Amino acid sequence: MLEGLTEKLQSTFKRLRGKGKLSEKDVNAALREVKMALLEADVNFKVVKDFISILKERAIGAEVLESLTPAQHVVKIVNEELTRLMGGEQSKINIASKPPTIVMLVGLQGAGKTTSAGKLAKLMHKQGRRPLLVAGDIYRPAAIKQLQVLGEQLDIPVFTMGDKHSPVDIAKGALQQAKSINCDMLIIDTAGRLHIDEVLMEELKAVKDHIHPHEILLVVDAMTGQDAVNVAETFNEQLGIDGVILTKLDGDTRGGAALSVRAVTNRPIKFVGMGEKLDALEPFHPERLSSRILGMGDMLSLIEKAQTSFDAKKAQDMEKKIREQSFTLEDFFDQLQQVKQMGPLDQIMGMIPGMNNMKNVPGGEVDEKQLAKIEAVICSMTPHERQQPEIINGSRRRRIALGSGTRVQDVNSLLKQFAQAKKMMKKISDMQKGGKKMGGKFPFF
Amino acid sequence: MVKGLFSKLKDGLSKTRKGFVEKVENLVNFRTQIDEELYEELEEILIGADVGVTTTMNLLERIRKLVRERKIKDPKELTELLKEEIAAILKDESDDIVLNQEPKVIMVVGVNGVGKTTTIGKLAHRFQEEGKKVLLAAGDTFRAAAIDQLEVWAGRANVEIIKHSAGADAAAVAYDAIVAAKSRGADVVLVDTAGRLHTKTNLMTELSKVKRVMGKAMEDAPHEVLLVLDATTGQNALSQTKIFTEAVDITGVVLTKLDGTAKGGIVIAIASEMGVPIKLIGVGEKAEDLRDFDPEEFVEALFSK
Repeated sequence: MLEGLTEKLQSTFKRLRGKGKLSEKDVNAALREVKMALLEADVNFKVVKDFISILKERAIGAEVLESLTPAQHVVKIVNEELTRLMGGEQSKINIASKPPTIVMLVGLQGAGKTTSAGKLAKLMHKQGRRPLLVAGDIYRPAAIKQLQVLGEQLDIPVFTMGDKHSPVDIAKGALQQAKSINCDMLIIDTAGRLHIDEVLMEELKAVKDHIHPHEILLVVDAMTGQDAVNVAETFNEQLGIDGVILTKLDGDTRGGAALSVRAVTNRPIKFVGMGEKLDALEPFHPERLSSRILGMGDMLSLIEKAQTSFDAKKAQDMEKKIREQSFTLEDFFDQLQQVKQMGPLDQIMGMIPGMNNMKNVPGGEVDEKQLAKIEAVICSMTPHERQQPEIINGSRRRRIALGSGTRVQDVNSLLKQFAQAKKMMKKISDMQKGGKKMGGKFPFF
Repeated sequence: MVKGLFSKLKDGLSKTRKGFVEKVENLVNFRTQIDEELYEELEEILIGADVGVTTTMNLLERIRKLVRERKIKDPKELTELLKEEIAAILKDESDDIVLNQEPKVIMVVGVNGVGKTTTIGKLAHRFQEEGKKVLLAAGDTFRAAAIDQLEVWAGRANVEIIKHSAGADAAAVAYDAIVAAKSRGADVVLVDTAGRLHTKTNLMTELSKVKRVMGKAMEDAPHEVLLVLDATTGQNALSQTKIFTEAVDITGVVLTKLDGTAKGGIVIAIASEMGVPIKLIGVGEKAEDLRDFDPEEFVEALFSK
């Protein structure tokens, strides 16, 4: 795996510690690293070049903030500029003043149009709209069936006329249908091609001209390489897109394609696909992707995930318990359940800076089985034992092991870990009591 | 006939040629000497063609060395040098799929949307044309309508298909298909699998299990594990290759959609950094556009005018 930009820059700047201003020579050396980092993340070459020249202007002669090392300062500038380039958050669909709102999804084969159509329908449904999915891909074998199955899973109506009618007729028919069954939004899936060709563009243009969609979204695979620019440019020139859905961002791609697409079309990335499940379509947060492209992890996403999944009141209770040292195995079990709600553990780990690399180190992967074991052990304890683990003696241990299908060693190690965790908590809460002094000392990242 | 195939390959690679080789030629034709500036622009072209930073650096290092050794002064000679070096990287990395077992079991894996099912459809068509008895296993039980999609291909190629219902155990489908192939005397079994991102540990573990179970139906099966990669993918293709190799020990790569990209450079990056042979390339939508990868022919087509 690639090491983060921060570390690379740190080594470039090793000799520079303590310098007040960045000289042109320093900046050039640093920007070469930035350039390579962006290229390795698959950002388009031309986009990188333009970007680097903007950075250069800003970085030369810049005062290094007192609290930062020169490396951190350059990263800060890069991050700010990247975020600015990617634009603000705009995860909204243009809603028609007179329903139904018509949304059209376009893109290359395999980008994930059909899946995104399903995910978008679910998201819109959640926001109180009544979407109708339209099966406009009449070429790929079973594309219509795929959309129908998705519609069934989501309980959202799907409009199809089979594969014998032109996409224009299908779109028109869908519009009629939407009015008659009282849907206020059409989400049209269209055919993809292996590559951009005129026949496809003409067909898409015909659909556009006949039904005038309020929103045309280009679906792009986040793993796309240097070619992303051509794809985005062509679709935008021919159809005039309103926004982008970036799919498959749950892999380990750095997602440089996002930056390329944004730079050449100047259209916002509105949503990102983050998983196989149908609710895995998330709003796009530019500042997070910029730190991901630079290899700085995705702390913010994790924090937000934790905030939405964690029950706020429970968290407060928990904090109090930790402070008062009354944290029991029962609470630990509760906490486990909450962490599990946040999503697959490997996804969560991937969001912590540095941890992303851990996954590929043997022994570094998070073992969900281990968690299941811990759960089983706790479940086999009596409420009393969970409140007061001290009372668990040898015969209780044997019983718990037998009841949970584990070995006595497993029970032992859990109890030991729990005791250690409690000790840690005491330390942390002591630190917090000493509070304010610590505050200003935390480094920038 | 041979010439016809070659010109088709040439057509399929025309975008890559334009986006890559012609840029190199334009560069060297307008220069009078080989200097740092020239190298830097060459670097840009290579990275711009998805060759990747590491492979580009290695390539350029080799070329700089050769320029010094052979005392090359004329920039125009660089094109030939580049062709030589690329051919050297691609060589020995390819070998064909031979049907030497009965049945030959071929497992097809890859991330979502790269063209696994389509590749199987095309392979089925090709083996059928060669007079082989083909059996398909609908192992993608996860994605909506994936089984239907494979059935359409089976119908087109006129071959048999073994399927369970959606959501069924993929390993069981593969097992049944191999058992059926043995009893029906099929020559080749093509096993489809659900697309999965290589970073999903649990899904990769499931894939290993599917492979293991196939070994129980027939010793040594699967005989080939093909990783399908989308040629428009950037450097993530390397990460995909690495992790899939760890999980199911792939025996070869199928590079699809090569005609769709001006950036076929990922072929070079994979051959150079992964040491996994590229077995098949897709240069068009038709069944016969999925071809055996021949490095020499490939480089010839890429550089020919």
